Amino acid sequence: MGLDEQGGPRPTMDAPFGVALTELGTSRPNIIGLTADLGKYTDIHPFRDAHPNRFFNVGMAEQNLVAIAAGLARTGFVPFATTYGVFATRRAYDFVAIACAHARANVKIIAGLPGLTTGYGGTHQATEDTGLMCMVPDLVVIDPCDATETMAATRAIADYQGPVYMRLLRGKVPIVFESTCNFEIGKARLLLSGTDVGIVSTGLMTERALDAAMQLRKKGLSVGVLHVPTLKPLDTTAITEFASSVRSVVSAENHVVRGGLATMIAETLFRARLQVPLKSVGLPDRFLECGVVAVLQERYGLSTDRLMAEVESAAR
Amino acid sequence: MQSVEVDQAVLDGLRARALNMRRHMVRMARGPGQGYLGQGLAIADALAALYFHEMRWSPADLQREGRDRFILSTGHYSIALWAVLAEAGVIPLTELNTYGASDSRLAMSTLDTSPGVEMIGGSLGQGLGQAIGMAMGERMRGTNARMFCELSDGELQEGATWEAAMAASHFGLDNLVALIDCNGIQADGPIVLDMEPIREKWSAFGWQTEEIDGNDMGSVVAALARCRSRRQKPHAIILRTKPGCGIRSLEVREKSHFIRVDSTEWDLLAAELNQEAAQ
Repeated sequence: MGLDEQGGPRPTMDAPFGVALTELGTSRPNIIGLTADLGKYTDIHPFRDAHPNRFFNVGMAEQNLVAIAAGLARTGFVPFATTYGVFATRRAYDFVAIACAHARANVKIIAGLPGLTTGYGGTHQATEDTGLMCMVPDLVVIDPCDATETMAATRAIADYQGPVYMRLLRGKVPIVFESTCNFEIGKARLLLSGTDVGIVSTGLMTERALDAAMQLRKKGLSVGVLHVPTLKPLDTTAITEFASSVRSVVSAENHVVRGGLATMIAETLFRARLQVPLKSVGLPDRFLECGVVAVLQERYGLSTDRLMAEVESAAR
Repeated sequence: MQSVEVDQAVLDGLRARALNMRRHMVRMARGPGQGYLGQGLAIADALAALYFHEMRWSPADLQREGRDRFILSTGHYSIALWAVLAEAGVIPLTELNTYGASDSRLAMSTLDTSPGVEMIGGSLGQGLGQAIGMAMGERMRGTNARMFCELSDGELQEGATWEAAMAASHFGLDNLVALIDCNGIQADGPIVLDMEPIREKWSAFGWQTEEIDGNDMGSVVAALARCRSRRQKPHAIILRTKPGCGIRSLEVREKSHFIRVDSTEWDLLAAELNQEAAQ
């Protein structure tokens, strides 16, 4: 885990993805671990240590990483391939689209440094990754919130037959949900009901959405939270129902707003002919700076305080 | 190099298969009046040797566990794959007329939904990496299955090919054979970026290599037989092939990636094929 990543005030768990995959690997001999020279940095090292004969480091070659995974899937294995989101998308996009998605290959791509979770700069910040991946037909796209959901999603995508892109929260990951978080691919979950403002959030922004909602409740504002961990297929029914129950909606995502969850919500509400004001918290349409993650997240509005301010302004 | 004795009758049988396949390809290309006939005719001998001699597979059960697999990286060579599958009885001969037509299973580039296709081709540079995954998978399963992956000289310009070339030798995949079809043409005409020396490149990447006339059945069969050796190294056979091989007037035509033939010419081409076969 990089020093630049900030855990919340909540308890954390080390490498939830790696722990879950290692457990799966013990009960299921067809699970394979792959990485492209980022084993230590994508939390797959516990799997490597526990199942060395089913772990392959293919070197710094993300196109080949995805191709090998697709080939393994064709011989009945369930490969989990890890790299950073920027490389899985920008560099290996055609391989993901054709070798995995078009082929309906049973490949799981696990993508580190989602959105703004590193201060390393534009080369490593996967700010538009889920947008790109949602454009690929037949690909499931998941952005988990915390350690519990990361583990649940890892198990769920192993059971799912087909290609998946999942964002990875690595290192010391906050525990937001109870051990029974009821993760289900394609399902949004209502975490808090509210009548004034409804936050529709995905990924790590759901933790902040919950914090913002609880604090604003103390101020007398009724704020609901709908967590959307699966971006594709999108649970449009849940989003529409939730939006119908509030006066105003705020979307929150660790991703560029244009082409991300905000755009998908806008489209969903428009098609449902639902007229609800929509504000969006997320990253701007530009390459971001290098620096300290907390500072950058504050700058771009991903902090709880900034989210609260948006929600309050939406309530006015 | 280990010399391989091949029975003359076997070779004659394979040559007859290749000739039939060439006939199937002319029949296919005739439908749309165009296609990748040049590449198909060039690779016909290698495919005949693979499907009717070297590979262990079952026309009755294309998905059989532990089968040897042919991975066609250049999806636009599908015309040759349809021809060999037709010759093996997997695809009805009458269906060949649908090549390239809307809703046909026999598309101009391979699709996963077509019979006998191990991997969707078409986006070049994606085949060898997938063949590596399959070779690793079969090795973990403990089968003796081998992966035969076709790729082309133009395709070597895709960087992913070399990512795969590095990995195959690193992982010691001796159940993997790359068949590199060097026909000297690519989409824009004669090879636009020199790839020579091709054999030396593959040797340098840690492969067991040899270079042969890809349209000489005896050489092809012997080279494939030598690839049965398991010495923790992947095998690469550089096939020097003639685009349009088997039909003289196509062989001497301007080197063309995508052949267009006038409707009046087809009978002449078919006759030429028979003539050359008779010689």
